[in-house]
Amino acid sequence: MINFELSENDRKVIEGLRAQALVARQYARYYDENEHEFPPDELEEAKNFPSLSELLEGRTDQDTPISVLGMLIVAAQTWGDYSVRMRRERGGLGNAALRAAGTPEQIEKWQGLILAMAITEPGCGSDPSMVQMSAVLDGDEWVLNGEKIFVTTGCRADGVIVWATLDKSAGRAGIKSFLVEKGTPGFVVTHKEKKLGIRADDTAAYVFKDCRIPRENLIGLQEEIPKHSSGGFRNVMKTFNMTRPGVAAIGIGMAEAALDFTRDHLRDAGIEIEYGGGIHGASAVVERFRRLEALCEAAQLTIWRAAWLSGEGQPNNMEASVCKAKAGAAVREITQGCIEILGPMGVSRDHLLEKWFRDVRITDIYEGTGEIQRMIIARGLFDYTRAELN
Amino acid sequence: MISFKLTDEQEMVRDAMRDFAAEALRPIGRKCDEESKLSEATLAQIWELGLVSTQLPEDFGGAGEPRSPITQALVLEELAWGDATLALAAVAPAAFAFAIADHGTDEQKRQYLPLFCGASYHAASLAAIEPGPTFDVLRPNTVAEPHPRGFVLCGAKCLVPMADRASHFLVVAQSRDGLDAFIVPRDAKGLQISEPEKNLGLRALPTAGLALDRVEVAASDRLGGESGSDLRRLLAGSRTALAAAMVGVARAAVEYAVPYAKDRVAFGQAIAQKQGIAFKVADMHIETEASRWLVWKAACQLELGLDATRSAHFARSYAAEQCLAVTDAGIQVLGGHGFVREHPVEMWYRNARTLGVLEGTLAV
Ligand SMILES: Cc1cc2nc3c(=O)[nH]c(=O)nc-3n(C[C@H](O)[C@H](O)[C@H](O)COP(=O)(O)OP(=O)(O)OC[C@H]3O[C@@H](n4cnc5c(N)ncnc54)[C@H](O)[C@@H]3O)c2cc1C
Repeated sequence: MINFELSENDRKVIEGLRAQALVARQYARYYDENEHEFPPDELEEAKNFPSLSELLEGRTDQDTPISVLGMLIVAAQTWGDYSVRMRRERGGLGNAALRAAGTPEQIEKWQGLILAMAITEPGCGSDPSMVQMSAVLDGDEWVLNGEKIFVTTGCRADGVIVWATLDKSAGRAGIKSFLVEKGTPGFVVTHKEKKLGIRADDTAAYVFKDCRIPRENLIGLQEEIPKHSSGGFRNVMKTFNMTRPGVAAIGIGMAEAALDFTRDHLRDAGIEIEYGGGIHGASAVVERFRRLEALCEAAQLTIWRAAWLSGEGQPNNMEASVCKAKAGAAVREITQGCIEILGPMGVSRDHLLEKWFRDVRITDIYEGTGEIQRMIIARGLFDYTRAELN
Repeated sequence: MISFKLTDEQEMVRDAMRDFAAEALRPIGRKCDEESKLSEATLAQIWELGLVSTQLPEDFGGAGEPRSPITQALVLEELAWGDATLALAAVAPAAFAFAIADHGTDEQKRQYLPLFCGASYHAASLAAIEPGPTFDVLRPNTVAEPHPRGFVLCGAKCLVPMADRASHFLVVAQSRDGLDAFIVPRDAKGLQISEPEKNLGLRALPTAGLALDRVEVAASDRLGGESGSDLRRLLAGSRTALAAAMVGVARAAVEYAVPYAKDRVAFGQAIAQKQGIAFKVADMHIETEASRWLVWKAACQLELGLDATRSAHFARSYAAEQCLAVTDAGIQVLGGHGFVREHPVEMWYRNARTLGVLEGTLAV
């Protein structure tokens, strides 16, 4: 049956994580102001708190399926802070890509490494089919040449999955992904970006110059370029159907934090939010706040929808883009609005609201901008190919 | 647990309503709008579906199926997709009947529920809305003063659906105990029903104003009798129902815009291939979906017997805003053709704007 109420077991997980997130939040400002320090993988306080797997014990089929609960888990953590977590999962986007596209041997061999994922280049972001980085087979080695930018966890990672082309004239079909370990000659981390928000997340730039890697480091080991298809490209892009709802949930966690902060301070000022009435009985502030809350719920529900479909094994290509586009816009409006409501308190760096305002801005950019999501949705609605709508 | 899973039965009902709306409502909606007149035959046809009576208790003539706000929300989306006006007209009696079923005394149930279990359409309406620019449903200006034999009602209502034929009105008023509702028969002394109102949208829905000039009602005519009723819950149900109808209207606009934009050529290309149009249609779809899930959430809370005030508030305010935005964009996608009455989009735009000001008209 349709249901949106958390079970007792669900609540135990989410409340447990929120308690931890509140502790992590105490360090949020420090790592924001000290951009180039990494938060620890585990906070000292962690020993006082149960692990996620402990919180997840004893679940039954009366509880929220893990596909959806995962979204709430992510949001509960970023409700504390984007970067500082009680315990950080060791792993990056590259690990997800390895799991999705690697051979069993490759997964076995590299899964212990923290892997970043490098698709974006100075000359191409939204259109990854334009990747310029090249890979040429020379004996039993691939020789990589090119540049990558905006690599999340690029400094901390032990290695990276990079996208490079075997043949630029082959378009998407020519693009393959490779694993390159840190320390490989010819692979340099050139710099670390200074950013508007999510400052404790390291975002690196790479240069590959005649960088030689073993032939077996081609993820999936498919060396040939298919003549009449996009090759594995489409499948790789499908992993975004899994990750986009998660990215949207990351943003929603922070938007919820902003709403909670604003609600608390309004309450301190004697303003209670009443529901059920129209606009005449409410002050402009109450009405504005209610609208932001409704927006947050709407966005959250689209995320649950996309995640639920994936848990049911149903296609969710459109829904993943719907929630990413919806949340990407909603979290901005929510944090902007909360600052407007709280005024000076909203912009003061004595509080975290201004940080959430900066941090959520990334939601509508990475893993496909809002425009790209709308393009995917429109292609779905109109049943258009990439060539028909771009 | 969070789940979007419809039961097999809900899927069946939804699909059946979808077909019914396409066959029975969509073809006739425009004609009714043009003539500002309901199709009585269609009304009777919808009544035969038993949308009101099946969920009323067997003891009072109903089929005794469990009340399901979720199923009702699914039904309303489909019917309103076909035509919102006909949907509202057909299901408006549920606002009265479900209020009695959920909040009435045994005596009230005995007296009124059988009216809705007959073979032909029976009208009775909830009267919540009041004229004037500062109306707030939780703070009505209509008052119920105590009186030796019960209450005296004074005030004015408007946009009361099916007022041309309703046998009874459930009038929302401020009493000394708070918010209350009172059963007022059509021929009550002091009650005046206005000429039919002429509205922007839902033109075929016969609405009228009520003037209540010291209308006396017995104590037993207060909904819930001595203990009164939980009007907030009742209004949450009505808001969820209205929001469900709005989702149907929005979806109609999306589904109309898609083939049109693929077909219409400008500058050598389908306008759907232009991002200005493609992204607009994508947004129409995003907001229709988002609105629907808010409706489902509120309906689910109602079904579980939880306090749905907040989610129903969100469902209604969000869906009202977005249904309007979606139909508005729908017109833009059709350009000048969206402005002319040959296409239904301008009607949906008017209906959307009108739906957004209603309260208490429907129920889930
Ligand atoms: C903090 C951060 C972390 C990141 N992490 C990673 C990572 O780990 N790995 C990785 O590979 N990349 C990463 N990225 C890169 C990110 O995915 C890209 O920045 C994003 O996809 C947009 O690409 P771009 O910056 O080149 O913008 P562009 O592609 O140049 O786009 C600029 C603008 O044009 C719009 N636009 C582009 N194409 C179209 C079109 N067809 N129709 C309409 N509008 C269009 C875009 O929406 C955008 O508004 C990260 C970026 C940041 C800022």
